[in-house]
Amino acid sequence: MLNIQINGVDVQVKHGTAIIDAAAESGIVIPRFCYHKKLSTVASCRMCLVEVEKMPKAMPACATPVAEGMKIHTKSPKALNAQRGVLEFLLINHPLDCPVCDQGGDCPLQEASLGFGGGVSHYDFDKRVLHNPDFGPLVATDMMRCILCTRCIRFSREIAGVDDISTAGRGENIRIASQTGHPLTSELSGNLIDLCPVGALTSKPARFTGRPWEYQHRSALGPHDSFGSHLQLDVRGTKVMRVVARECEEINETWLSDRDRFSYQGLYSADRLTTPRIREKGIWREVDWSTALEFVANGLQQVRKTHGAPALGALVAPTATLEESYLIQKLIRTAGSPHIDHRLRQRDFSDQAHDPVFPWLGGAITALEQKTAFLVVGSYLRKEHPLVNHRLRKAVLRGAHAMFLDAVDRAYNYPTSVSMVVPPSAWERSLLAVAKAAHAITGRAIPTGLDALWESIECEAIHRTTAEHLVNAASAVLLLGNVAHAHPRFGALRNLANAVAELTGASVGYLPEGAGTVGAWLTGCVPHRGPGGKTVTVGQDWHTMVTGGVKGLLILGAELERDCADPSAALKGLHQAAFVVSLSPWVSPAQEAYAHALLPIAPYAETSGTYLNLEGRWQSFQGVVAPLGETRPAWKVLRVLGNLMDLSGFDYFSSDQVLAEAREAIGEVTPNNAMPCVVPAAISSETPALERFGEVPPYAQDALVRRASALQATPDGRVPIAARMHSATLAGCGLIEGAQVSVRQGEGVVRLPIIVDDRVAKGCVFVPSASVETAALGPVVGGAVTVVAV
Amino acid sequence: MTAKPEIASPAVGEVVLSAAVREEIDHWVAKYPPEHKQSALMAALRIAQEDNGGWLSQGHLNAVAEYLQVAPTLVTEVATFYSMYELAPVGRHKICVCTNISCMLRGSEEIMAHLTDRLGVDPGQTTPDGRFTLKTVECLGACVGAPMMQVGRTYHEHLTPERVDRILDSLE
Repeated sequence: MLNIQINGVDVQVKHGTAIIDAAAESGIVIPRFCYHKKLSTVASCRMCLVEVEKMPKAMPACATPVAEGMKIHTKSPKALNAQRGVLEFLLINHPLDCPVCDQGGDCPLQEASLGFGGGVSHYDFDKRVLHNPDFGPLVATDMMRCILCTRCIRFSREIAGVDDISTAGRGENIRIASQTGHPLTSELSGNLIDLCPVGALTSKPARFTGRPWEYQHRSALGPHDSFGSHLQLDVRGTKVMRVVARECEEINETWLSDRDRFSYQGLYSADRLTTPRIREKGIWREVDWSTALEFVANGLQQVRKTHGAPALGALVAPTATLEESYLIQKLIRTAGSPHIDHRLRQRDFSDQAHDPVFPWLGGAITALEQKTAFLVVGSYLRKEHPLVNHRLRKAVLRGAHAMFLDAVDRAYNYPTSVSMVVPPSAWERSLLAVAKAAHAITGRAIPTGLDALWESIECEAIHRTTAEHLVNAASAVLLLGNVAHAHPRFGALRNLANAVAELTGASVGYLPEGAGTVGAWLTGCVPHRGPGGKTVTVGQDWHTMVTGGVKGLLILGAELERDCADPSAALKGLHQAAFVVSLSPWVSPAQEAYAHALLPIAPYAETSGTYLNLEGRWQSFQGVVAPLGETRPAWKVLRVLGNLMDLSGFDYFSSDQVLAEAREAIGEVTPNNAMPCVVPAAISSETPALERFGEVPPYAQDALVRRASALQATPDGRVPIAARMHSATLAGCGLIEGAQVSVRQGEGVVRLPIIVDDRVAKGCVFVPSASVETAALGPVVGGAVTVVAV
Repeated sequence: MTAKPEIASPAVGEVVLSAAVREEIDHWVAKYPPEHKQSALMAALRIAQEDNGGWLSQGHLNAVAEYLQVAPTLVTEVATFYSMYELAPVGRHKICVCTNISCMLRGSEEIMAHLTDRLGVDPGQTTPDGRFTLKTVECLGACVGAPMMQVGRTYHEHLTPERVDRILDSLE
């Protein structure tokens, strides 16, 4: 510790601290533009000049480390004079158009001008004029306002890891320019809006719609991935106007993914369901809540009477809050049915007895940065879990080995050590080869039966390298992503991952898909586990349910035509069900076709609830705006439904009561992924000539983000609905790029154009899932397909 | 100083640096520690520019970036920052007139007026016959001979309009 004096007060600070941070620790604010604690220090704006005794000139507080005995004055005439001078220069070319600027009222430059600037400028010449580069549908540019702090450039290079903007020119002509003319492509690009200390980069979707002083700032949580990012929703009246990041060092630091930042637009899409609807004799009509709920309760009771209680079932989207998950499983189980599931994008349940009590990351989010090697199985991590990827990127920049097992060779924003690009049917063999190679290095005990499996497996150099990196790492982890969960042999894959972990000394982590996934697991929204993982009568998984297992279905928040791993089977089953109730904030044509009642429930921002993130952290949030129209929070709807069905224990006054009960039911749970490796009897012998690979495109994950128009306009939102194939695969089929083909998978056929993409594994046909155009096809990952020219 | 043109088009042709260019760049790379290849960037840009008849396309910038293993945006920053790099084709003779303080006090404005008049182009432009490109630059370190201009690699000092005429007449 060093002894220094700031503004006459003696303080102790750590060696190496910059003056700007030392002052902040004492509650002294020094104005700054270019300095940001998460970015490199460049000291280019000079706004933070302070007086340091015995130094001849004012010093930039951001780039001057403290020294023993240093005496600093941040408010002395010398400091203030320097700051005033800097500000006058910064404002020379600034248009001072605060009245029409979106940043006005929320602008560090405006605040600094008021607090530290002079009232008059000596400059009375022409101001420079700049063209505004196109930064895409998310970020609006107004470069006349730019003060060239370069935070945006440093963010892009240092955090987003992309090389797309830079300065161009020099002196009076220097400006921020897009390198290629292409819009920003990073999944984190919205952070530029938060970072820009002036109005040069603002939110395009929120542009000209409101002023910061009209907004109430309310807290929320990221509603998409399981990261649990802290959001600040800026609310005016009953509307969410924009979303900015709320700082939380342990989770999202100061960042947000674009998905969390811009998806709020979906709250106000034209197809929002705002009134309950029921379908009688094929005719939809809007009704009031009591009619709708009675209709639903009667319908469900009717099914129960006719087919017995186990003919009821419920499907829950992974976006449901913990309270909603808890209530719906309670409703179904109290009604006498064991059929409840939320694992809608999972296909293989054969190994579910060995599921951990809830699949989690396996440690704290911050610990990801300390990993020295990681192997991601089946995930486009960068887009699926952007901030997990960001943490791991930090690890890679410190020297960690990044390894991937995937069916597409992805563009990551850091160097990858190993990229195993093979069709899904070969993933088991790849993991087995890594396990075999690991055993050759470590000689650890072989899980029973594994050697028989790997006997015929050849270890290639890539497998040996992977095993070496995992074995040599001080801290290594295997991460199972969304596509791994959708794999037709997820159980075997998971066990082989466990085997690799055992043989290399790595740990296994799961990347739960949605914000509500962990909560759904813990509250027992799975057919084989009750709340807290307790043993229950085992019910049917979602696939068995929809393919004829149940007659009356409650669907909470999911659009099954897109939100499941086998939409064609789901749709077929739903049309045959006797009674389908969809609780959804939106209405889709498919829902209108298969549902008998549509109940408008409140999406995030309009309801209170709790999400558990991938590290098992409980985080509750409040509704920040009134539900739109007749929309009601789902927990209230489920409560009334429980009462109308004469089920006991559905008298709640608040979601807090539901939470308290759920907490008690769950009890103390210690997460543990280290399940024993149950060696599969055999590995998949299926090697189709052509097989389907159909991950969920980045902005098609759930109903909310699919309706966020600005995100949909980005390159990640415009993933072409086409069959993408490696040029070698294409040549093997005798097809050419651009041709229209019919892709057949099982009984489903769709017509698609062909795109050549050499990043796709040979033998794979990449057809995106979660799209109505491809819903007719079978299971989204794996499975033989044929491609024929039309 | 005149503004540099925006880089023309994002659709760039692939540029392959010739063996001779690469060899010359290697000579500069060898002057720095191996992990600081970036230090040879300015020399590399100069070499590529000379090889390409006096200007650099986006393809050249990308090729240099790839060869030195630095981010393409960084190369853009350097290439747009320094006035000696040209991002659009130039004439056979590049005339750089210093307009900085010493030259200005010694009459560079008159020299510029004479040049624009005689060549019929504004600063930053090339004569239609492709003979001359005229541009203004900041101090070239020849204040003792102000006003001055640089034509190609040659400094011409103590300029007068008549002297400028004689210089231009002597060039092809």
